Amino acid sequence: MKIKFAILTGLIIVGLMLVPQLAQAQKRMIQVKGSDTMVNLAQILAEEFMNNNPQTAIAVLGGGSGTGISAIINGTCQIATHSREWKQSEINQAWKKGVKPRFFVIAVDGLSIIVNGSNLIDKLTKDQVGAIYRGEIKNWKVVGGPDMPISLYGRQSNSGTYVFLQEHVLGNKNYSADMKEMNGNAQIIESIMQDQAGIGYVGVGYVLDKQTGKARNGLKVLNISKDAKSEAYSPLDKANIDSGNYSIARALYEAVNGKPGGGVADFLRFEVGPEGQKIVEKEGFFTIGAAHQANNEKNFK
Amino acid sequence: MSLFESAQEGRGEAILPGPSGFIERAETTGPRRMKKRASSRLKESAIQAFFFANGILAVVVLIGIFGLLLTSAFPAFKEVPIGHFFTSTKWDPTSPVNAEFGILSMMASTLTVTLGALVIAIPIGLGVAAYLSDVAHWRVREIVKPIVEILAAIPSVVVGFLGIVLFGPVIARIFHQSNGLNAVNGSFLLAIMSLPTIISISEDSLNAVPRAYTEASLALGASRWQTLVRVKIPAALSGITASFMLGMGRAIGETMTVLMATGNARSFPHGLLSSIRTMTANIAIELGEVSYFTTHYYALFAIGLVLFLMTFFVNLIADLILHKYQEREQ
Repeated sequence: MKIKFAILTGLIIVGLMLVPQLAQAQKRMIQVKGSDTMVNLAQILAEEFMNNNPQTAIAVLGGGSGTGISAIINGTCQIATHSREWKQSEINQAWKKGVKPRFFVIAVDGLSIIVNGSNLIDKLTKDQVGAIYRGEIKNWKVVGGPDMPISLYGRQSNSGTYVFLQEHVLGNKNYSADMKEMNGNAQIIESIMQDQAGIGYVGVGYVLDKQTGKARNGLKVLNISKDAKSEAYSPLDKANIDSGNYSIARALYEAVNGKPGGGVADFLRFEVGPEGQKIVEKEGFFTIGAAHQANNEKNFK
Repeated sequence: MSLFESAQEGRGEAILPGPSGFIERAETTGPRRMKKRASSRLKESAIQAFFFANGILAVVVLIGIFGLLLTSAFPAFKEVPIGHFFTSTKWDPTSPVNAEFGILSMMASTLTVTLGALVIAIPIGLGVAAYLSDVAHWRVREIVKPIVEILAAIPSVVVGFLGIVLFGPVIARIFHQSNGLNAVNGSFLLAIMSLPTIISISEDSLNAVPRAYTEASLALGASRWQTLVRVKIPAALSGITASFMLGMGRAIGETMTVLMATGNARSFPHGLLSSIRTMTANIAIELGEVSYFTTHYYALFAIGLVLFLMTFFVNLIADLILHKYQEREQ
């Protein structure tokens, strides 16, 4: 008898424990996957959104823009975050699989070229950055620095930032084979802080110290000029991004399959709305302008 | 036939009652017992079939994986000449200029870190094994050996993290480099990871050397050091060699640690202090985003196949050596 009673009690306890689980299953689940540059931003946006909408559960994963894009094509996520535009081959592949991607710009990034805080260099031209990453300039001496071999840090080929830089700064040429390929923005930052000869590229949200509003200690964010004649501008100033003076700014996107509905639409509305944009700014990225807003509106319909 | 073998046979009879087993004889009284005997025989063969199936499963899985690798890798060679695949040092499948599929740099990188790891791990591993089997007090051994074996349980991602935050800066300072993401760092970490295998198996084989060898050597006036180096280690050499090979197999196949600590530059290694990318790291980096059924996808499987063959042969050699050693012992 005693044993039966114990088993019965056990079953009841297990049953009670399952009740909240079942309630969880009623929740709307949204899987967000992709850009490593955007993963922190998307995570905080998701947390804020879930605070006000407890019936929606949002899970955010990084892995790189390429990973997110292939995930939404394969149907393993509802929202793909990506820091570069889709390649034609990816759009073709999506259509072939019946996925009709729609793109929303949720923030703007001033892609930042960073060096160790002890580096004397303050600015580079866009062409110099390209030549450094193509492996044509191998020593800091050539661009006016000390006699020290340049140690290249970059992202892996699944990264949107890797592709963006290759297209817009390297002139669609190959990266130097000596570039160290890191897992994510955070790893590049850590490496540059330790490496006096290092140069790296990361999203602007990663270089900002949130307390002071300046670049993090031990890091220097280079000013970039369009060419040798023009002035160099910092990506930390929103005015330079808005005016287009900072030449390697880019949009940060989220892609969904078809017309967004339900929780996905609510979440996107929140992100591009005033509350979401406030978070974007707090995280060190820049708010979207009127043109992007208008485009987003079109894609909601 | 040795004493051990006959003892084992006797035990086997007791556990698995055959037609002449004592369990049957004890139960053959009355028709009810007869029924029970039939059902127990059925159960017996069912259990036997179950274990046989388990044994076969391992073989099926191995052949299945090999087949999958082979069929997925083969299409790569339709578009990339096999000679080019193995002799080109350029790997850049997503290049906007010209996609390149050459794995020579990665093979060289894998061999560089692996050999580096062995250079570090072999003397230390053998030293610890000799200490544990010959020098250490049994109480020390009881404590140290489990600790060494726990080393094997550290997740590779944790070891990789150590490489980034601890070994990297130290190596950079020692060798006057601006950073420590290079082959030496990878070798150090892989050495740590292959040490448990090397120590454990070497120590076992040193302990398996018959006592008479040691006693005879000491009786002839040899010192303990001479006994260890000239008698015990040569006697246990095949087991020790096998432990090196198994440690090597572990090092070749390790992914996360080298991915985190070696910097993953694609160039052919310029030296031990240059950043390198191993075959395993390359597969891990690129498989996540590759479009299925493209040349790039097949080429990654081809790398996997090469890797599989490399570890397979290393393990096979280790197994052959160990086997030979056991035969000689009998």
